[in-house]
Amino acid sequence: MIKVENLSKHYRIKSGSKQDTAHSYSTLRDSMANGIKSLLSWKNKTASEWEEFWAVRDVSFEVKQGEVVGLIGRNGAGKSTLLKLLSRITEPSSGRITLDGKVGSLLEVGTGFHPELSGRENIFLNGAILGMKRTEIQAKFDEIVDFAGVEKFLETPVKRYSSGMYVRLAFSVAAHLETEILLVDEVLAVGDSQFQKKCLQKMENVSSSGRTVIFVSHNMSTILSLCSRCIFLKNGQLDFDSEPREAVRKYLEEAQPTTHFQRTLQRSGDPTITEGRLQTNEKEGSYQIDIKVTIESDSDIKSCINVSTRDSMAQQVGFSSIGSFNNEEMLDIKKGKNTFCFRMDGSNLAVGSYFLSLSLSITNVRYLDRCEDCFSFDIEKSPRTGTHRVFSQNWGLGSVELPMSKIDQPGTET
Amino acid sequence: MPKIVIEAGHSERQYWKDLWHFRELFYFLAWRDILVRYKQTLIGIAWAVIRPLLTMAILVVVFNKLAKLPSDGTAPYPILVFAAMLPWQFFSTSLSEASNSLVVNSNLISKVYFPRLVVPASAVITSLVDFAISLGLLAGLMVIYQFAPTWKILTLPLFTLLAFLAALGPGLLMTALNVKYRDVRYIIPFIVQIGLYISPVGFSSSIVPEKWRLIYSLNPMVGVIDGFRWAILGGEIYMPGFLVAIGTTIVFLWLGLNYFRKTERTFADVI
Repeated sequence: MIKVENLSKHYRIKSGSKQDTAHSYSTLRDSMANGIKSLLSWKNKTASEWEEFWAVRDVSFEVKQGEVVGLIGRNGAGKSTLLKLLSRITEPSSGRITLDGKVGSLLEVGTGFHPELSGRENIFLNGAILGMKRTEIQAKFDEIVDFAGVEKFLETPVKRYSSGMYVRLAFSVAAHLETEILLVDEVLAVGDSQFQKKCLQKMENVSSSGRTVIFVSHNMSTILSLCSRCIFLKNGQLDFDSEPREAVRKYLEEAQPTTHFQRTLQRSGDPTITEGRLQTNEKEGSYQIDIKVTIESDSDIKSCINVSTRDSMAQQVGFSSIGSFNNEEMLDIKKGKNTFCFRMDGSNLAVGSYFLSLSLSITNVRYLDRCEDCFSFDIEKSPRTGTHRVFSQNWGLGSVELPMSKIDQPGTET
Repeated sequence: MPKIVIEAGHSERQYWKDLWHFRELFYFLAWRDILVRYKQTLIGIAWAVIRPLLTMAILVVVFNKLAKLPSDGTAPYPILVFAAMLPWQFFSTSLSEASNSLVVNSNLISKVYFPRLVVPASAVITSLVDFAISLGLLAGLMVIYQFAPTWKILTLPLFTLLAFLAALGPGLLMTALNVKYRDVRYIIPFIVQIGLYISPVGFSSSIVPEKWRLIYSLNPMVGVIDGFRWAILGGEIYMPGFLVAIGTTIVFLWLGLNYFRKTERTFADVI
């Protein structure tokens, strides 16, 4: 169904400009000026200025019909590039891909939505962009509208939609794309929790319907529940290809405790978490997890910051947020660099390793930025008096010890 | 079942097959642009009426009343100008729309596959609506001035096609350059502005001295405008010039298409 042979993709990037590639377009004026300069000075310009960067290198694998393959790897491992190569958005530098069947790719929801057009018009437009035929869209039209729950607003321009409605409609069109091969980039996590459940269900239907799916996700529990096989990419190369449980275990095992990370600005222009630092302190029986982040933004914007914690078995342990449960607490991000500090309480965590993912989001609407598994730390047995911190992850009883104490009688105050 | 092989260096045949396959997207993008342009208000349509009329009035005053340039045969000067405004406006809006089309649709380019040629081609279609409105205005003018066309007016679609191709060639070149060099978009309004004066819009090309006429015809719009005037006003067409126009149009189209196809594979990487 899908056959990938020795696939590679490299980019030429200007050395030293890695940091700000997001906004550095070349201009004709500069190119001409450089051309004249180098003519005058007879210098060999190209060798020193450019360096090669391999986003995907020598990757080979085969996917059989009906397989649902998860694609995992850290940020920058080449997952998105591989997906872009498979969906023909960018061309490989070498190697070959053979696709047997009609391909649909969902790299983003709502691609090409136009704010001035009505819901109805956007369904047709977006459908056509995703590669559906007009007759096909017509046939599925009611189903799409129903799934999104926007019947009443079909004739309203989508610029008047609430942002929740907007993403629901966008996902709904995408979800009804019926191709033999489906390439999906983490587009599931949209809307409120109820809608997310609906999306996940839809994905489960898709994967059980015998279609071939390649699915990129950072969410290991989604990978475990949807996929029948998993490919682990590392530095653009295929590191591991096996059944999901094994690959996920390997993915998490490889993570070294990371207490600091740095990232470059996103291309999308959304605010980006460019730096993060984690510090853990244990004192007097309490365990503090302190996080310091630097957020860079092009504009003033309000955003929630969320931290989700996972244990070493890829199970979600908990979720912490500033802004998600109370909109008034949302971070005020100003144009330029912002620094924020947070403290979480980890006193009840069991002994073992933990992974934290950070994200910026507008509640129920969309993510502005996410860094998956960007921090990790170990909670160790307390060296001090025996009673505290013996409960361990590998007992298989969970990762949180819910506090409990002895009382005299139910209902009395202590 | 369709089988797709993706390798470095696209196969040419696959590309044209894809282009056909994505024709519906082409309609939809054109439909979107037209809808958006004329949707919100009446201003979209009013603008399409006022702009050509006002430009024509100014050109008539400058070239006919002030500079005292002669018309072609018996044709009233406003109709002479308007017959040239039709292709000129079609050409200039097509060129600007096409040149910006890829950058404007960058989100599509980086997230979905389709033959990129669809984007500039559908952008040009939008100008066809303005063109149709202007055509209506011309009919009105001809009624007012009691000027009847001959059978030659039936050849107008051919010259429209030539204008379309004349705009598409440089448009493709510009839009592909625009992806890589973001300052190209500043050049386009300049080209359009200069073009209005070096093309025979406000005057008849017959006033150009005979020995310069062939060189003058290197500007493909000279041939297109002459063709339009011939179809609408009648009279003689300067054949060598017209053939040169077809030649330059083909050369530009070939250049544009080649450069576009060559750089197309990297659009998603640099946009």
